[in-house]
Amino acid sequence: MLGSVSQAQAVILGVAGVLAWLLLWEFIHFLTPAAQQKFVPGPDQVIVEMFRLVFEEAFLPDIGKSLYRIYVSFAAACLVAVPFGLLMGSFVKVKALVNPTVGGWRYLPAASFVPLLLVYFGPTDVAKMALLFLGCVFFLIALILDDVLAVPKELIESAQTMGASRWHIVCRVIFPAAAPQILDSMRNMIAVSWTYLVIAEIVAATDGIGAVMMRAARFLHVDVIMAGILTIGVLGVLTDIGFRLASRKLFPYTQLRR
Amino acid sequence: MSLARNEDSTGEPTRMVAQKSGQKAPIKAERLSKEYLGGKRVALDDVSVDIYSNQVTALIGPSGCGKTTLLRVIAGLEYPSYGTVSMHGQPIKGPGPDRGMVFQAYTSFPWLTVIDNVAHGMAIQGVDRKEQRERAEQFLRLVHLQDYAQAYPVELSGGMKQRVAIARALAQDPEVLLLDEPFGALDAQVTWEMEEMVVDIIEREAKTFILVTHDIQEAIYLADRIIFFTRQPGKIKADIPMEFKGGKRFPKKEELLATSGYVDMEKQLYSMMREEIQGRIS
Repeated sequence: MLGSVSQAQAVILGVAGVLAWLLLWEFIHFLTPAAQQKFVPGPDQVIVEMFRLVFEEAFLPDIGKSLYRIYVSFAAACLVAVPFGLLMGSFVKVKALVNPTVGGWRYLPAASFVPLLLVYFGPTDVAKMALLFLGCVFFLIALILDDVLAVPKELIESAQTMGASRWHIVCRVIFPAAAPQILDSMRNMIAVSWTYLVIAEIVAATDGIGAVMMRAARFLHVDVIMAGILTIGVLGVLTDIGFRLASRKLFPYTQLRR
Repeated sequence: MSLARNEDSTGEPTRMVAQKSGQKAPIKAERLSKEYLGGKRVALDDVSVDIYSNQVTALIGPSGCGKTTLLRVIAGLEYPSYGTVSMHGQPIKGPGPDRGMVFQAYTSFPWLTVIDNVAHGMAIQGVDRKEQRERAEQFLRLVHLQDYAQAYPVELSGGMKQRVAIARALAQDPEVLLLDEPFGALDAQVTWEMEEMVVDIIEREAKTFILVTHDIQEAIYLADRIIFFTRQPGKIKADIPMEFKGGKRFPKKEELLATSGYVDMEKQLYSMMREEIQGRIS
C-alpha cells in the first residue's frame, strides 16, 4: 500500500466516508418526486424507523431469533469445518479422500436446497439453520484447509526433530499455528451466513428480521424494509468487531511488533 | 599442509578414511544416493561418509550440491533413494529427539513465549515441568536471552530468533546437533556474533555438530573437518581436517585469521568452489 495514515486520520476518513454515503442517499431521496418519496425514504427516516421498531414494536425478539439462527448454525458449521480442514491439511491421504467431494459441494447453490429442506423439516428453525449451515460449511472447510496448508513446513519439521508424534504435531503445532488465520476465515465466512439468513427467513418464516421485512413488503412499508437491511448491516459489523476483539484476546502475539 | 583428498572422477564409491583411528563415528552414510523427480535430479550420488562424535563437521559446496539433503537425511526428514544412513548401527527411520536441528528459516512457534519455545522439546519428551523450566532458563542464559524469556518470537530480531532455535534444539539434549545454514538469513555483523557464540557453545556442550553452510570462512572458523561437495550430482570432492588449527577453537574470530595456515585453507576452498561453480575444468 502507498501512503500513510495516522489513527486519528483513519477515524476521520472513515466517518467522512459514511457521511458521504448518507448524503448521497439523502440526495437521491430529495430528488425523488414527492408522490414517490414514500418508496425512497431518506436515511434519517430509516434510522428513526429502526429505533421505532426496536423500542416500540416487538422487533427485538425477531433480532434475537435471527441471531440465534446465525450463531447456532455457524457454530455447528465451525465444529464440522475445523476438524475437517485441519485433518485434510495435515494428512495428504485424508485430503485426497475428502477434497474432491467437498470441492464439488461448494458448487451446489445452498439456496437450491430450500425446497428439499422444506420437505424434510417443514417451515421449522431446523430447516433454516440447515440452510445456513449448508451455505457456509463447505466454503469454511476450503478456507480452513488453505489456512492449514499455509503453516510453514519448517514449523512442522522442527517439531518432528524434537520427537513430536503425529497427533502432537496436528494438535499442538499445526492447529495453534493456523488458529489466527482460521478465526479470520470464520469472520469472513459469517458474513455469508447473514446473506443466507434473509433467504431462509423470506421463505416460510413467521419470525426473524427477514420475516419482518417480508411482512412489511406486503404493505409497501419501504422504510421498515430498509430498517431491516440496516439492522442486518449493523449486526454484521458488530459481529465482525466481536471476532476482531476475540482474535486480539486469543492471539495477543499477533498484535505485537518488534 | 593440505590433507585434502581430492575425489577421482571415476564415479567409484567414495570411502572416507577415518581421520583419527579409534574415534567413534555414530553416524555412517553408506553408498547413499538421493534422487528427485524420478532420477532427473541427483542430489547425492553414492556418498559414503562417517561423522565423528564430539567434533564439528561442516558440509560445504556450491548451491544445489546436496549438502542440505545429506543433513535432512541424517535428520530423518528425507529418505535415501539408495544406500543407508545409520546411527549407532541402526538405520535412520525418521526424525528423533537424539538429532536436534536448527533451520535457516525461523522456526520458533509464534504462539509460545521464548521460554516455552525452548521448553517445548522437553515437554514432548515428558520432562517434568520444574526441570523443563530450569533447563530452559539455563539454555536461555547460554544464548544470552535470559531477559527475553517472557517475550514472544515476533518481538525478537532475526539473530535472537535463531538463538532461541539453538537453545531449543540444545534443550532437548540431542546427541547430534544439525545446523542447516543457521545464519543464512542474518546480516554479516549478526552472523559474526552468532558464530562466536556457537564456538562458545561447542566448547561447553559435548555434542556432535554437523553444520551446512555456503560460507567458507564460517566453515573454517567453526569446523574441525570440512566435507566439500560437488554440484549435481552431489559427491564428496574433498574431506579436509582443519589440522592447521591444532585442535584449538578461537573465541574471537580474528584470532583464527591470524593463525598460520588459515589463508592457505581459505584459498584452497575458494579454488574448489570456483571449480564447481564454473563446471569441472580439467
